[in-house]
Amino acid sequence: MSISVRIPTPLRTLTAGQDEVTAEGTTVAEVVADLEARFPGVRDRLLDEKGVRRFVNLFLGDEDIRFLEGLSTSVKPGETLTIVPAIAGG
Amino acid sequence: MSLSYSDLLAQTRASIRELSFDELKARLDAKEDFVLLDVREKEEFRAGYVPGAVNIPRGFLEMQIEGKIHDRSTKIVTMCAGGVRSALAAVTLKNMGYANVESANPGFVRWKDLGYPVTTPPQLTEAQRDRYSRHLLLPEVGEVGQAKLLQSKVLLIGAGGLGSPAGLYLAAAGVGTLGIVDADVVDASNLQRQILHATSRVGMAKVESAAKAIQDLNPDVKVVQHKERVTRENVDRLFSAYDVIVDGTDNFPTRYLVNDASVFLGKPVVHGSIFRFDGQVTTFMPPKAAKTFGLKAGPCYRCLYAEPPPPHLAPSCQEAGVLGILPGIIGVVQATEAIKLLLGRGEPLVGRLLTYDSLRMKFRELKLRPDPRCAVCSEHATVTDYQDYEGFCSL
Repeated sequence: MSISVRIPTPLRTLTAGQDEVTAEGTTVAEVVADLEARFPGVRDRLLDEKGVRRFVNLFLGDEDIRFLEGLSTSVKPGETLTIVPAIAGG
Repeated sequence: MSLSYSDLLAQTRASIRELSFDELKARLDAKEDFVLLDVREKEEFRAGYVPGAVNIPRGFLEMQIEGKIHDRSTKIVTMCAGGVRSALAAVTLKNMGYANVESANPGFVRWKDLGYPVTTPPQLTEAQRDRYSRHLLLPEVGEVGQAKLLQSKVLLIGAGGLGSPAGLYLAAAGVGTLGIVDADVVDASNLQRQILHATSRVGMAKVESAAKAIQDLNPDVKVVQHKERVTRENVDRLFSAYDVIVDGTDNFPTRYLVNDASVFLGKPVVHGSIFRFDGQVTTFMPPKAAKTFGLKAGPCYRCLYAEPPPPHLAPSCQEAGVLGILPGIIGVVQATEAIKLLLGRGEPLVGRLLTYDSLRMKFRELKLRPDPRCAVCSEHATVTDYQDYEGFCSL
């Protein structure tokens, strides 16, 4: 099952500059694992041993997965996962 | 057949219904649903009017009434100084199809003499009425809103990429007091995006350069120059004098400090941040501030990002670059949010994160929710005082 994933600027060095990629999976965790297989290093930027890193948010559609079922949240084909990292520039 | 003034007046009065003060007062006291339409000249209206009255001078009545009252069945009571112009206006409205029009008789002069409630709009000078005329034409701003802006105080954290456009537009809009916190001096490399500053002011303190630009743009604005960094020692003093904080800083330690102060002191923060081609904007409305602004409280910065990224994963604009125009867009959205909060109009970005991708030219909106385990704004708060933010952000 493939969904599209929006890659923020700081992570595009890992996706050869692509700002949107597709990934397979039935849950957010599977999607992240598939991203890691295609773009090694992505997983480490998104997750630590406790789950999603505290300075990154993953939104399925417009909902933060922390308020759904976290990494176990199931994904449906055609949905979009948006990675939103903290940025500080001003 | 020619008609004398007294004939015309008699005919007019006979063709409409006149409303006594007793009836008018009773309706106002009962908060009945009707529009009190004052048809006196602007200058007369400004000198005082019945609270809640809407002003369209009789000379503009036909042109402006449909813009203010669409529904022809709306109950309207016209009023003027003595009851004559209001009677003539009532006939005009009747001819235009307004079916429920009455004229108050006598008029405002007597109303005031009897000691009935009267209000006066905030007094703008002739120059201010001219300067802000495009605001005054908007019912959502008007003289009352403009006066609010002139009495408002906004603190800009940073006079850089975001603070520049935000500061210029807030100043142009007539926000009466603009505090600017920035310890830096203007560098030539700032001028690609920091439009408050100028080539002739390279080397000058940013707060001073900003004050010069703003004074030249709008002398109504009082600029308070805070030539310092925001620290846990000075943040209470800096925030206490302001209504709204516009966060356009360029580093994580300051963002967490600004957030914690916002929660502790109950000050709304309009947050903007940028990186290369991307921007994020939202409005943080802490519970203590929500009541003052008549809004629902929302999540805070720590609900969104509980911890900062480690420094090696968080390059600054200085290291990573930034499209010069990008902070223009984000800073102007921040200024818009601040103005809306001050006017009490519209729907602010509380609980919504607006993201902007300048390359794809896409704005997207994501939902933000209060984190029930937030370290600073939840029931289980563990951060109850300022901490070592530099240390917190360099782990």
